Amino acid sequence: MITFSEQQLKVPKLARPVYLVTAGQSKFDRGFPDKRTEELCIDALTQAAELLNMTPAELKSYIHTCYYGHFADHFGDQLLGEAVIHDRLGLDPLGNIGVKTGGATGGSTLWEAMKTVASGYSDCVLAMGWERMDEVPTDEGNFLISCAADKDWESPLGHIYTGYYAVMAQKYWQVFGKEEESFRRTLAEIAVKHRGYARFNPYAQGPMKITVEDVLKSPVVAYPLRALDCCLMSVGAACAIICDEDTALKLTRNTKNKPLRIWVAAGSHTLRPADRRDMAIPLLPNETADQYKDLEERFPGGGRYPGFTGFLGARMAAWYGYRMAGITDPTEDLDVIELHDAFTISDVQTYEDIGIRPYGEGRTYVESGDCYHTNPHTGKPGKLPSNLSGGLIGCMHAVGATGIMQTFEIATHLWGRWAEVHGDEKIWKSFNRKKPSDWTDLQVKGANRALAISHAGVGSHVTATILMDPDHLLKADA
Amino acid sequence: MSMFGQVYVKDNQYKIKGDFHHLTPNQPIRDADGWKLLGVTNPRDMTYIHSYGGEAVFFESLSQGKLMATRCDNPKCEAQGTIYQPFRIHCMDCLRKCTVIDMTDLAQKTAKIHTFMVCERSGAFSILDKPIKFINVEFDGVATILMGYLSLGDPKIGMSVVPIFKRTSPTYTILDLSWVPSGTPEKRLPEGFSY
Ligand SMILES: [Zn+2]
Repeated sequence: MITFSEQQLKVPKLARPVYLVTAGQSKFDRGFPDKRTEELCIDALTQAAELLNMTPAELKSYIHTCYYGHFADHFGDQLLGEAVIHDRLGLDPLGNIGVKTGGATGGSTLWEAMKTVASGYSDCVLAMGWERMDEVPTDEGNFLISCAADKDWESPLGHIYTGYYAVMAQKYWQVFGKEEESFRRTLAEIAVKHRGYARFNPYAQGPMKITVEDVLKSPVVAYPLRALDCCLMSVGAACAIICDEDTALKLTRNTKNKPLRIWVAAGSHTLRPADRRDMAIPLLPNETADQYKDLEERFPGGGRYPGFTGFLGARMAAWYGYRMAGITDPTEDLDVIELHDAFTISDVQTYEDIGIRPYGEGRTYVESGDCYHTNPHTGKPGKLPSNLSGGLIGCMHAVGATGIMQTFEIATHLWGRWAEVHGDEKIWKSFNRKKPSDWTDLQVKGANRALAISHAGVGSHVTATILMDPDHLLKADA
Repeated sequence: MSMFGQVYVKDNQYKIKGDFHHLTPNQPIRDADGWKLLGVTNPRDMTYIHSYGGEAVFFESLSQGKLMATRCDNPKCEAQGTIYQPFRIHCMDCLRKCTVIDMTDLAQKTAKIHTFMVCERSGAFSILDKPIKFINVEFDGVATILMGYLSLGDPKIGMSVVPIFKRTSPTYTILDLSWVPSGTPEKRLPEGFSY
């Protein structure tokens, strides 16, 4: 049983307000035989400048330090790839640093960027993330990914990361899913939803118009997970510009981008799930200890927390983040979210880790229809839509860029620019992609607050990025 | 004639012999339409030199048919008495060096499958047969849950399993430890493995 000290549970406090002013991203795809990584990064930065009606050179003149998220050096076969990109972006001699936290790299990059502005060190920073995963074939790629597990205790076991992750999915499937066919269908619904939303996103790599039956008929990867339950492997880049208040106002004057308050909080847990010890569930503001008293009775085998079914890192990122930003009930307080749907089952688990639903009941959020842009049961707007970008399953998982892509997506809703950024024919054409005839505007109307969860592998690092319209804060001194 | 890279240690210095890399020529990558140059292949085959440090005793013991764990015996530590498997050199709370203990007997009597996964795929360099039956094994009185692989039978949550060890031609890696359902006759164990 482990406990945390009062000092460790201090609610983080920024020394001054921090703002996201713009963001951008490249096209995402499985491979780019015709483009170097720097070309994708320049595409992302150019878009960020264009959203402010600026040239890249004008935007660059405000940047003071740079944070580069890039997870897997060995995929791109280039150490200090950050220095290469920094040079190609023409940002020398500014200070810069690389960030790597597995699947959470994008979120962690924003975490560093936010702290730099909050501290006063910089007034305007660049957070840029990318990944290059097309330099080796799939088997070799699986080997390289397995190197993110413990090299002596896990990686030799098949050199296949899916295996280390999927044991956790299996436990969840049996304990909380009770191996029910209906739960299996709920997971399939997530795959249909995310691939379907990706159809309206020109940047997305994996758009598909499919049915629950298609998912259930796709090949088994690691039972109960099938091919269509799994996220994509991608190449691409995404960036965000983070500022103090004065710079934010200057940069956004006469633009459609309203500066958005940003908070990023982080949590972690053992790299090897094997090292997890039992503990009491850290409670979010909308939970009580009482509600978990009978968890073991309701879900035999589920009483061991976090066991192999919960992600303590995600829970703690939300624990710190909600308190920082004044969120007391995420479903009520937030308007749109992007979650790290590495697998369909991860989506369900995250609803629990971040308190959208209590532990054990994540599936009910999907079944309620409130995770959709338009609730399929009621035809009304979903209460808190998730992964309208298509997520990792439908849009991309270019590891170092993922958490920044999610943040770009939720920001476009808060700026009211979703349709412009995703619907413009010119963008579809420039990516050599066809805009579907049934393209639908997924703008969440009146969205003021949003959240993105960036998550590494089995939960070693997780960040929660919260954005708010400064006129709709939940806490005056946040 | 090339020779596998070999390493021994003398006076706490690595001494190496043989080849630690193999050279394969690179090739151009061209567009099938128009034969325009797009890139090159970069072949790489290299041997690393890796120290087990304080965990060496764990891996050596597997080859001798023993499963070693560690326990925090610091009376001032909240986690005093906690048994760690995976073997941790230092207690994760007080960071004092743990006591190495032999938990072979405990594993033989109490090991159960906490969760599992049958995986049809593997990555490059894997030497396990497919499908790989990943299992996570819990033990009475041990705080953590060890990952391993089941060599025989079909895994189920709650199933009793026992450790087996590759004592003949050990690899000195975690692969020398595997698991089989309790009651499996010794003659059915995979080649090189025994109880
Ligand atoms: Zn201790």
